Amino acid sequence: MNELQLIPLLPFIILAMASVVTILLIAFRLSHTVIQVTGFLMMCLVVFATWYVRDTLPEEVPPLFIVDGQAALFTGVIIFCVLVIGLFSYIYFEEREENPKEYYILLFLATLGAAILTISQHFISLFIGLELLSVSLYALIAYLRNRNNAVEAGMKYLVLAALSSAFLLFGMALIYMEAGSMKFSGIAEKLPQVSSSPLFLMGLGTIVVAIGFKLALVPFHLWAADVYQGSPTPVTAFIATISKIGTFAVLLRFAQTIHLQQYPLIIAIFSVIAISSMIVGNILALRQQNLKRLLAYSSIAHFGYLLVAFLPGNEAGTEAAAFYLIAYSITLLSAFGVITLLSSREHEAETLDIYTGLIWRRPVVATILAISLFSLAGIPLTAGFLAKFFVLSAGVQQAVWLPLAVLILTSVIGLYYYLRVINTLFGTSGTADVMQKTVHPFFHVSTYITLVVLAGMLFWIGVFPGLVLQGIRLFLLLH
Amino acid sequence: MILIWMLCILLAGGILCWLAAQRQPLLARWIALITVSADLLIACWLFPVYQAFPDNSSWFINYQANWIPALGVSFHVALDGFSHILLLLTYFLGILAVLCSWKEVRERTGFYFFNLLWTLAGISGVFIAMDLFLFYFCWEIMLIPMFLLIILWGDVRRHYAAYKFFLFTQAGSLLMLLAILALYFIHGQQTGNYTFDYFALLQTALTPSTAMWTMLGFLIAFVIKLPAVPFHNWLPDAHGEAPTAGSLLLAGLLLKTGAYGIIRFVLPIFPQAAADIAPWMILIGVAGIIYGALLAFSQTDLKRLIAYTSVSHMGFVLVGVFSFSSIAMQGVVMQILTHGLSTGALFLMAGMLKERLHTRDITKMGGLWTSMPRLGGMAILLTMASAGLPALGNFIAEFFILLGTFSNNPVLSIIATLGLILSAVYSLRMMQKVFMGPLISTVPVVDLSARELIILTALSISIVVLGLFPQPVIDTVHHLSTIHPLLHE
Repeated sequence: MNELQLIPLLPFIILAMASVVTILLIAFRLSHTVIQVTGFLMMCLVVFATWYVRDTLPEEVPPLFIVDGQAALFTGVIIFCVLVIGLFSYIYFEEREENPKEYYILLFLATLGAAILTISQHFISLFIGLELLSVSLYALIAYLRNRNNAVEAGMKYLVLAALSSAFLLFGMALIYMEAGSMKFSGIAEKLPQVSSSPLFLMGLGTIVVAIGFKLALVPFHLWAADVYQGSPTPVTAFIATISKIGTFAVLLRFAQTIHLQQYPLIIAIFSVIAISSMIVGNILALRQQNLKRLLAYSSIAHFGYLLVAFLPGNEAGTEAAAFYLIAYSITLLSAFGVITLLSSREHEAETLDIYTGLIWRRPVVATILAISLFSLAGIPLTAGFLAKFFVLSAGVQQAVWLPLAVLILTSVIGLYYYLRVINTLFGTSGTADVMQKTVHPFFHVSTYITLVVLAGMLFWIGVFPGLVLQGIRLFLLLH
Repeated sequence: MILIWMLCILLAGGILCWLAAQRQPLLARWIALITVSADLLIACWLFPVYQAFPDNSSWFINYQANWIPALGVSFHVALDGFSHILLLLTYFLGILAVLCSWKEVRERTGFYFFNLLWTLAGISGVFIAMDLFLFYFCWEIMLIPMFLLIILWGDVRRHYAAYKFFLFTQAGSLLMLLAILALYFIHGQQTGNYTFDYFALLQTALTPSTAMWTMLGFLIAFVIKLPAVPFHNWLPDAHGEAPTAGSLLLAGLLLKTGAYGIIRFVLPIFPQAAADIAPWMILIGVAGIIYGALLAFSQTDLKRLIAYTSVSHMGFVLVGVFSFSSIAMQGVVMQILTHGLSTGALFLMAGMLKERLHTRDITKMGGLWTSMPRLGGMAILLTMASAGLPALGNFIAEFFILLGTFSNNPVLSIIATLGLILSAVYSLRMMQKVFMGPLISTVPVVDLSARELIILTALSISIVVLGLFPQPVIDTVHHLSTIHPLLHE
């Protein structure tokens, strides 16, 4: 390893430094605002660093990492999400009883974990990244420890995530035993000899379990609703976007390197997982009265849709998956942003009653929520439609008809509960909203503006996806 | 380019309505009226352009711009005689929809007109889109505002009706999306040119089984919208619960998009598959004619009654399209126009009655002629039009369809003729229950206001004119006989 190889790692080094800087700032007892602003600037620095090193891509940093266009793309999305989530966190935690400062350390560490996942090409870095992400999340989920549900959610996540890590390690050990390498490309070289070995397949299977847990796919989805509900809303947004993007990125790289999709057995397993995720997620969401739980179930279904794009294992599928993740993160960020904005000191804005007639009381916020729900439902004019369109077209290209048929059927079922929420937004409510005086007008306004920008992006990507599509293709070519 | 302006005017007008109503609620309806009138004027102005076009068979306006080049999606809009007639119908009914909501809608006026105009924009988009992606886009865009119109301004059971409407149509359109994608990839693999362009996809060569499956994707979406019998379930609910303007747009325009889709896409792209499935579709159409008429006869809810007559009339469309005779095809186009006008008019009347009596139940009406002679007179004319009385537009339409079908399928066309008798039966029953007999309602009612009179007069005149001089319409759609090989004969 030489210093030239360090250059492509620059964004990740800065990301790691962000948490150190935050620790130091806390040591000097600086205020929430300073930490927030510094964190924001550090993240911007990461973006600039990514931009700065783009010409050196793709660069391998053996044995653990490979920084290529795909990694840069997913890291970019992750950093974008953390910028937005960081902003939401300010107004959310400023109104809560807990000291929010340590929150940012954990947030940046978890982000680092997700970012490492995108560049891993080795089981060790995969495990380090995943643990960094999970361990930070244990604490983040239970951060508001006096709240109902928070500790329960944290414990649930802790136990199940630890279990899934154990599965992951076991699977890695089995594969290592058979293939004699922990590097993805090393495994790929040994594939012809080992691919029929039952131990190797078992290893793959247990890894699928661990990944399925992280992505909350059926049947490993049992934690999702409780954790989504119990976590502070910005953390929920984090779990729904960053944690899943990172995990999906590493799954994608693993699958690409060892050509996972050439095994009919694996395809069958993933098809079953995708189909059951779409069905179960959408059906469980049907009667939900709690918006956060509803979004949890809907995200289970959405990752089922995403797996349909993953199944073909071709370029169009990768492209569709990247587009889907971008559209999905923007959509979810705006939805969770609205929940954050409406949550008060005492109440999380999660039950649907709060949203009754919101459009007549707070038109802008309600419109943003409606747009993001339309986008989740995949209605044209929004990014979600094109995302679903790309997934469908990737599937049609490879003629995976059964998952596609299920996708269509379950999308129609899914429409029902999105429409139900939208209908609630347009309902009539007797209570007029008392506009609370906000303590931090600047951050409030900037959150507001961010939400409007996010909704604008949903529209823009939904109508003119050309630029985003070009960007994705450009990045994916760098490998 | 002019076509894009027409869409933009509607979209911008909708947003303007919403914004203006924040300040001055009454302003919104004027903006809406001006917007739709402007579009109607443009559409009328296009008529001489069409006449001047040397070969009056095909696309006299054609505009194409890049949209998403990476996917082969372009913003391709074009206009032929058929689309032009449908656009004229759209804006004509659009104006009436604005006028009939003039007093009816009292709350959230701005948002109401926003939805109304965006529905119209979606519908016009469907009629002019010549890129299948754009077509699907517009097809979906017209749904959401319509859903909101029903769920926000509808009647008591509006939630149920709106969900049902949305889920039925959405299920169909997702199947259509899948079929569009299949067509896109098959065409791309054959020619190396991945495009959603209608004219390019027309050249796709398909094996019989693929053609059948792909066509079914399209056909189911259109047949749900039309609606044909097994899929008609959403229609009475949606029509019954929607506000008057909503019912008008649903019956007058949204159903027509289904018929338009079959004629524009199913027949030309899948000629052989369409011919193979034709006997079944005629059967479904005839079933719809009889079943719709029987159900209409047994309804007590005025709006549901009219809704079932739509099922019956749309059965004629299905029969006509799949009989592959050019006379029947001309009849279909006439039917699309005249059904839009006459059923729209009946819904408007139902709305006017409901505004006065606060009920849609015809057992609670009766003897209204004495207090409302003007409405009664109009009603007789419009009901008779709907029943297919000669000299009125619907007669020509249904006569042509039956004439064209008779040569191919005499048995079924004879059964379909029974539909005309049944339609007279249910129309007369409706007239008799509402306007004749002893006075039942004790609510004092006033006769038509000037605004309402204008609306109904405009409709009556156009129906009579279409009945007496159908030739101009038939001329504009002459070229439709080239869309399917069997139609030449």
